[in-house]
Amino acid sequence: MERDNVWWKTGRVVVLGGFLAFAIFPLYWIVITSLKGQQEIFALPIRYWPEKTTFLNYIEIFRISHFQVYIWNSFLVSLVASAVVVMIAMLGGYVLARFSFRGKRQVMLGFLITQMIPMFIGMAPLYVMMSRMHILNSLASLMLVYTVMLIPFCTIIMSGFFQRIPTALEEAAMMDGCSRFSALFRVIVPIMLPGIAATFIFAFVQCWNELIMAVLFIDEESVKTIPVAMNAFIKKYDIEWGAMSAATVLSVIPTMLLFAFCQKYLVEGLTQGAVKG
Amino acid sequence: MANKRVATELKKPFRLKGEGMFIFLCLLPALLFVAVFTYYPLLRGVVMSFQNYTLFDLLNIHFIGLDNFAGVVTSPDFPRVAMNSFFWVVCSLFFQLLFGLVLALLMRRRFRGRGLYQAFVFFPWAMSGFLIGLIWRWMFNAQFGVINDLLLKTGIIDAPIPFLADGKWAMAAVIMANIWYGVAFFAIMILAALQSIPEELYEAAAMDGAGRFQQLWSVTLPYILPTMLVTILLRVIWILNFPDIIYSMTSGGPAGSTHIFATFMIEKVIFGQDYGQASAIGVIIVLILLLFTVFYVKATRVEKGGDF
Repeated sequence: MERDNVWWKTGRVVVLGGFLAFAIFPLYWIVITSLKGQQEIFALPIRYWPEKTTFLNYIEIFRISHFQVYIWNSFLVSLVASAVVVMIAMLGGYVLARFSFRGKRQVMLGFLITQMIPMFIGMAPLYVMMSRMHILNSLASLMLVYTVMLIPFCTIIMSGFFQRIPTALEEAAMMDGCSRFSALFRVIVPIMLPGIAATFIFAFVQCWNELIMAVLFIDEESVKTIPVAMNAFIKKYDIEWGAMSAATVLSVIPTMLLFAFCQKYLVEGLTQGAVKG
Repeated sequence: MANKRVATELKKPFRLKGEGMFIFLCLLPALLFVAVFTYYPLLRGVVMSFQNYTLFDLLNIHFIGLDNFAGVVTSPDFPRVAMNSFFWVVCSLFFQLLFGLVLALLMRRRFRGRGLYQAFVFFPWAMSGFLIGLIWRWMFNAQFGVINDLLLKTGIIDAPIPFLADGKWAMAAVIMANIWYGVAFFAIMILAALQSIPEELYEAAAMDGAGRFQQLWSVTLPYILPTMLVTILLRVIWILNFPDIIYSMTSGGPAGSTHIFATFMIEKVIFGQDYGQASAIGVIIVLILLLFTVFYVKATRVEKGGDF
């Protein structure tokens, strides 16, 4: 590599700084808005720092809506769906990583095609299926749909993680009398924990963020998830920006924490599983 | 690349008694779920696109040939929806790729705080499209939006622009939000590819007297090209199918100026309850993507780049 001169160095810092500003400014802005009082939000000229910081917007969203219920619902749906997805994807990913068998290519292809074809085309029939199963307007419908949506991708990621663990480990365990199944759970799973955690968090964030299916399936106040409830805010108040930005901040915090925690593993998993360059 | 080689070395398939049953049982849940709740609705949706399936008239469902398709294609909105979808995909993709590439190249070499920097720059990718739409909708607000304020302050414009109320600007605004969201994905993918380039290649190139740009052109870019091609393909599919940002920013408005196929379809389902036409739009999306994928794979030989 060439030695950097001053111009290169400065240019690099400026561009990297620019990207950072571009990435975080919207977040800064929504946090600032959420801390402003009603008057300050609509004050001109626009204020880049709240004169009087207030948490009224946060109090308000719990008062005028059942925000705690929505948080709980989102949490429950995301937790159950991602836990189920991780179990199923782990078994599938293990088999795809360790064995060669007839139909393996077809299975992989079948999973990959689901990524290419829009879920929307199956949206209407899914709605009808949910209604026949009598689980419309229940959290179960979302748990089911999210699980299904995430299985293919997570299975592929998981198989990427498994491929990096030497087979010798479970061979040794099986010599010592473990069945394949218990070798998997006693020997491999503990080593795989970072990968499993990353997959779980990826799935969790996807569920937490999903809107379209939720809007389609959920109508009743008591089972709304955060995106659905916020979507309803829009119509009701023609956007109450203070409350809306507070709700946005609250609903972003968990995903941001999880993302910061797992992005390293996730990046590895993605590049391993999804695109082997 | 290196990892792949290691992976195939590690993966010594070994056969034992009862192994077929084990494979079958492990794959069964995944296959069952996907078959019943993805493939079945998919096929059903294709069938629906040939039926007059509306929720108002459930007792009288029958096949109506290509009427749904005709209805969609001849609707006055259709040409604009098609154009919008095209712009939405091409502009978003171009800037996401460009910015993602620059960002990845600059992040390749270690610097102090890179981990933290990465967490901040990549976080938009972890946000929901719906919230992204809301945030940008607020920032683009004609009267109280920060973007107008910044543009006025820096003297780029001298009167506020009604970004989301004016059809011409609204499309640019939703694309802007989508760029913000998608840069991270390209950066992540390209960064991973960059990190697998063996350092010797650069040493050899430097020995041959290649300058900085020559190295970029003749070592770096060819090496990461396969990853970029695969990522582009995935992104085209995802961007075309990603209605969330538009849905919460403009809902396709004003006057349909930001409708893309995906939002158009949602409108048919949620407001029109016309599942027949919605499915027809879905089939049209699939056909477009299939055509695109076939041509793309042929033109770029992306399948050589990686089995993804």
